[in-house]
Amino acid sequence: MSRALAWAAAALCLGAAIALHAAEDRWIQKPAIDRPELLYVRSPAVARRAALGYQAVAADVYWIRAIQHFGQERLSPPGHVRTYALLHPLLDLTTTLDPYFSIAYRFGAIFLGEQYPDGPGRPDQAIALLQKGLAAQPQKWQYMQDVGFVYYWHLRDFKSAAACFEKAAAMPGAPTWLRPLAAVTLAEGGHRESARELFQQLAQSEEPWLRDSARLRLAQLDAMDTIDALRQRTQAFQRQHPGEPVTWDRVAAAGLLPGVPLDSSGVPFALDPASGDITVARSSKLFPLPGQLQAPR
Amino acid sequence: MKTIASVALAVFRESVRDRVFYNLVLFAVLLVGASILIGQLTAGQDVKIIKDVGLAATSLFGLFIAIFVGINLVSKEVERRSVYPLFAKPIRRSEFIVGKYLGLLLTLLANMVVMAVALYAVLFFLSRGVPANIQSAWDAPALDPALLKAIALIYVDLALVTAIAVLFSTYSSPMLSAVFTIGIYVAGQFNTDLRRFDQIVSSPAAAAIGRVCYYVLPDFSRFDVKLAVVHGIPVPAAYVLAAAAYAAIYIAALLFGATVIFSRRDFK
Repeated sequence: MSRALAWAAAALCLGAAIALHAAEDRWIQKPAIDRPELLYVRSPAVARRAALGYQAVAADVYWIRAIQHFGQERLSPPGHVRTYALLHPLLDLTTTLDPYFSIAYRFGAIFLGEQYPDGPGRPDQAIALLQKGLAAQPQKWQYMQDVGFVYYWHLRDFKSAAACFEKAAAMPGAPTWLRPLAAVTLAEGGHRESARELFQQLAQSEEPWLRDSARLRLAQLDAMDTIDALRQRTQAFQRQHPGEPVTWDRVAAAGLLPGVPLDSSGVPFALDPASGDITVARSSKLFPLPGQLQAPR
Repeated sequence: MKTIASVALAVFRESVRDRVFYNLVLFAVLLVGASILIGQLTAGQDVKIIKDVGLAATSLFGLFIAIFVGINLVSKEVERRSVYPLFAKPIRRSEFIVGKYLGLLLTLLANMVVMAVALYAVLFFLSRGVPANIQSAWDAPALDPALLKAIALIYVDLALVTAIAVLFSTYSSPMLSAVFTIGIYVAGQFNTDLRRFDQIVSSPAAAAIGRVCYYVLPDFSRFDVKLAVVHGIPVPAAYVLAAAAYAAIYIAALLFGATVIFSRRDFK
């Protein structure tokens, strides 16, 4: 057999294998033995040893898995029950393999604290992850600030949040705005203006993902202000048309609104026709809004 | 000295002939591929992850060369019977061993220089155009010269692995030499655990054995500063020098041992 013929045969076989592979993917269902949701190594100590001298790369792999797991759960179809079961173990493994992996602590805490169904709604785990980061790098003021953020936003524990901001402010290299923020949080915790101040500072961060997260929170705060304004209009409509269902079209037709109001992501606000309750729609990027922040005084 | 250099150059030429440097192409493809993919998969950690991947690949590719070329260095010559005419010439066995060893080190050095240049090139392209305020949030600059410390210690690590492979190559088959070398490399990674063995076991004898193993086995974890360098944690020059000195002494012991074993073999 000539060399050219051998090469051609090899290329042909490879092409046939690729075609068969593609056809199998399309037509033949694979037996359900592949379980990507399984985490074979759960012990961070074992993972650390098994990685030999390659802990950093292993941490990167677990970090990418954590992001993918979070994204897959969050974007899963409505019928799927989102559990985020692997999120904390993956983040724990990542940060044990690489104890200085700053983004894994900070972004991981955002993931963990996120309210269900957009996240597991586990602020306790978010705080534990950040405390682990502080144990590795006790002078990292950003971690302490983030602990304060979790207390503020997710747990609504403004006293603890203020204490964390105060501690973060005392750490080397901390920005000057942290100390006044601690005071504002303690004095006016729970008020949208103090929350806005916190997120306006975070929106100046050098980390793009932290900026994006803070911008989302600011957009949520704006939406809450808008909902307060809209509520006045719907209440006016209810007073004018007692007992009638409230819809945006009807409120607009009554001349109380120029049209269907949209939130900053371009999705109409959800209005309950019976009660007149207003919130952001489930399809909105702003969903869900945090519950209890008070309107500006 | 001239004899050692001649043997070393012959090993280097043989590596080129054996297409050992093909791995560099694989390394370059891995790095470029990773840099394209990683941007899509991670949350703005491209530079950190490329550094991790680059350093790990440098170490891993070098490790494969050190082990799989190292274990054949001497045994292949014996198997081919090419040592017989060689020792008819005025060449000492110690010169043969050291020459072979240095030849492989030269191969590894050429390999690592190209890998380091490729890593810096990918990091340069990745960080180009990134605003200064975003770069300031990185633990260390993209083109951090401290990466060279990690690369230097990877080289020292590989030099030690090569010496172990050469030692086994002088009296054992290539397969067994590979098993022994990999075994010692893995055991050497757990040295820190052996040091603390007395905290786990209650038997003083077991604790003493653990401590002896800790000192006798090469401490490979000493050469791993990849994590520190990637996160911009300072690695003092004194630490690098001390680790290199430790490796040099250990390598000398292994090469002396290899020479003694090889000298006792009968090639008449």
